[in-house]
Amino acid sequence: MTTPLDLAKATLLDKPGLNDSAINKVMDRLLSRQIDAADLYFQYSRLESWILDDGIIKEGNHNIEQGAGLRAISGEKTGFAYTDELSTNALLDAASAARAIAHHQQDSHFGLKSQRDAKALYPAINPLDTLSESQKLDLMKKLDALARTEDPRVKQVTVSMVAAHDTVLVINEQGEMAGDVRPLVRMNVSVIVEQNGRREQASCGGGARTSLEFFLNEDKAEGYAKEAVRQALVNLEAVDAPAGMIPVVLGPGWPGVLLHEAVGHGLEGDFNRKGTSAFSGRIGEQVASPLVTVVDDGTLDGRRGSLSVDDEGNPSQNTVLIENGILKGYMQDKMNARLMGMPTTGNGRRESYAHLPMPRMTNTYMLAGESDPAEIIASVDKGLYAVNFGGGQVDITSGKFVFSANEAYLIENGKITKPVKGATLIGNGPESMTQISMVGNDLKLDNGVGVCGKDGQSVPVGVGQPTLKIDQMTVGGTAA
Amino acid sequence: MSHSLESLQNVVANLLDEAKQQGASQAEAAVHAQSGLDVGVRLGEIETIERTSDHGLGVTVYFGQRKGSASTTDLTPNAIKETVEAACRIAKYTSEDPASGLADAEKMAASIPDLDLNHHWSVSADEAAEIALRCEAAAREADTRISNSEGASTHTQATAYVYANSHGFVGGYPATRHSLSCSVIAGTGDQMQRDYWYSSSRLAEKLDSAESVGLKAAERAIARLNSRKIKTTKCPVLFSAEMAGGLMRGLFGAMRGSAIYRDASFLGGKVNEQLFPDWVNIAEQPHLLQALGSAPFDNEGVATTDKKLIDAGRLTTYLLDSYSARKLKMTTTGHAGGVRNPIIQSTGQSRDELLKEMGTGLYITELMGQGSNTVTGDYSRGAAGFWIENGEIAYPVEEITVAGNLQQMFQDLEAVATDNDIPSSYNTGSWLIKQMTVAGN
Repeated sequence: MTTPLDLAKATLLDKPGLNDSAINKVMDRLLSRQIDAADLYFQYSRLESWILDDGIIKEGNHNIEQGAGLRAISGEKTGFAYTDELSTNALLDAASAARAIAHHQQDSHFGLKSQRDAKALYPAINPLDTLSESQKLDLMKKLDALARTEDPRVKQVTVSMVAAHDTVLVINEQGEMAGDVRPLVRMNVSVIVEQNGRREQASCGGGARTSLEFFLNEDKAEGYAKEAVRQALVNLEAVDAPAGMIPVVLGPGWPGVLLHEAVGHGLEGDFNRKGTSAFSGRIGEQVASPLVTVVDDGTLDGRRGSLSVDDEGNPSQNTVLIENGILKGYMQDKMNARLMGMPTTGNGRRESYAHLPMPRMTNTYMLAGESDPAEIIASVDKGLYAVNFGGGQVDITSGKFVFSANEAYLIENGKITKPVKGATLIGNGPESMTQISMVGNDLKLDNGVGVCGKDGQSVPVGVGQPTLKIDQMTVGGTAA
Repeated sequence: MSHSLESLQNVVANLLDEAKQQGASQAEAAVHAQSGLDVGVRLGEIETIERTSDHGLGVTVYFGQRKGSASTTDLTPNAIKETVEAACRIAKYTSEDPASGLADAEKMAASIPDLDLNHHWSVSADEAAEIALRCEAAAREADTRISNSEGASTHTQATAYVYANSHGFVGGYPATRHSLSCSVIAGTGDQMQRDYWYSSSRLAEKLDSAESVGLKAAERAIARLNSRKIKTTKCPVLFSAEMAGGLMRGLFGAMRGSAIYRDASFLGGKVNEQLFPDWVNIAEQPHLLQALGSAPFDNEGVATTDKKLIDAGRLTTYLLDSYSARKLKMTTTGHAGGVRNPIIQSTGQSRDELLKEMGTGLYITELMGQGSNTVTGDYSRGAAGFWIENGEIAYPVEEITVAGNLQQMFQDLEAVATDNDIPSSYNTGSWLIKQMTVAGN
């Protein structure tokens, strides 16, 4: 059977003519100084995107990126160089640049020793070819027509489709080799509606590490079109959001972006090694309500944030971050794990060969609790029920985080009443986690749309949570 | 640099030839090569030395009024051929679009002025580290309350860029950019506050001194210590110069042709209308020598020129590329790629004088999250800064939000200070807005 690693070797070593002796030469150059750890990361990516806008297939783009990144680590110091040319000479030059981080000479006799095969969490396919061009465009046109017929107030529709085929290979200083073939597909429908001169926008989409057929199954893509229209129409009726501290009930699924911002980033190993996170040095402490258990799970089949192996060649894991409110662990890449004397958790990720790996999230979510979601809403006298969000941001040092509600409602006397306009919610991560007083039994993961940015590097991630109640949170509306 | 301007010009010439051979009626291509060095230090030691080297080319082909695009990081002849093939294949499937095509030939920049953007810095990794170490040391030694550091870094890059199209336009220029930054932490435990500062320039010798960047990072972090929440209120708000640049971005985002023709902007149909008080003038100066935002031509080869964007408070224009211009039955304004070096005229007061004018209110120095809606103008963002009483800073505040609507905020602009000292291509001082909703306790 051809494994993802076999495919990666064929694409990234055999095709450009890099044999074992070339790799040995490059690694010996990289390791000829006093280096604790080093790796070669090869990547070949193809990405195709289509945009339907204003009723026509307006744009298509095809992108190819390839290259190799070379990293040499000595203690806490990292030397890094990369090349977009996969030749022995270009790699040797990059190795000379990367090893300059260390000065003392040492002998190196590098040889490839082992191959790491990991359980594949997604098929090693090229998703660009999983639908014909006419199938792709027909689907997009169908969504455009569907959104427009859904309601006469729909004035504008934009549909996008992206398929990426990413092949990576990592070789480390131990002579271990790992590889992965990562498909990723994503669709989005965005609409503008108008009524009596008032315009509102909403969008809905999804994706996964799989074939483009994903969007045809169970009328998934059609659901995005209907949902985008529904949300935009709700916003047409929205009144000014409240301003001030009130109880907030978050719906299941994508609102889990709360966890990503409020606790996720603060539990990444690099910040905690450096002592710059609000969660630094707090393992074993109660950092959240006892109802709260949060995991980072890169092992879910086919999810957007999942990885069979991370960008350092380690299989991804299901890591418990917070269990019953107690801080259990951090997300680690190899360097930070080694320096903190902790095991790596398979969270070493990088945007591309041209970027250094860092500890990053995969799929971060809260486990289900016991409350009935209806009961949670009924428990609130006056508050906000927020079911859909845009992005968020966190200052991991002060713990302050924000996320922006796109669809939210007032709760009055235990009942959902009027929709309110989009508003930013702000809180303090550790504090908000202790304010969670009810957790629903309805855990849901998001549709596969998340992108996480850190130090200028973007990677795909997933989030999820059950319905939950935060006793007090600041809601940034205009109705003071 | 591994690729000279001439070699990039050859690459685009080959690209356009290849596109013609494959049957394209029109084509355009852009190619760049970048190389640089990034050195980071932390707690007095070198942390990373990163050599950067990127190439990229993008091509768009037109078959009549259908178009296709492709891009790659590989500049070899084989890759060029495959990339053009990929773009041509895409163009088989896109729709006939009456608005598509190159910008009109007569709009191409006739001459390409030298804007003095290229000042190579031959700094070694050791020298770059020495500068960053001085920067971080200045921050750490500034005050005993500086407890930790995220480090300091020195960065330099040199880029060569060429754009060409089948009108026969070929334009290119080299440009450099250097920067120095520092981020430190004040306080300990659950009282930690982080802040940063930086300097950025086309010329290494115009960077602020390492010591002053470090010192300012430290001052900013310390000023945040003991931040508190405030009660929910409506009050005047002063946006620091750095944050005011974001309000200008909100304005330009709503002026973009692509938002206008899609009816996705609160500025649709508002050209010639009074958006701001009549003392407000916003202009752009794309040919400023040595400036961070300067460019002799836009992303379609169209000449960039000095323009008034807001004249005596009135909106004078949308920001159009050739596509959105055709959709709106207008002509391109040379804004493919955005606004370059925008500047808003100050009303002459210093920041401290504006704090006095404000009396009691909120001075915002940090904003978090997206929260700015181009369709409606609705604005709601997380904020931090200082509470002002009797025209003086009373105490730092955090974990609050500030909300309003951009249209109303523009109308409520009361003054722009003279403190336009931000290392950005956006030239603005602090903005005083009459009233906004601040949510806290």
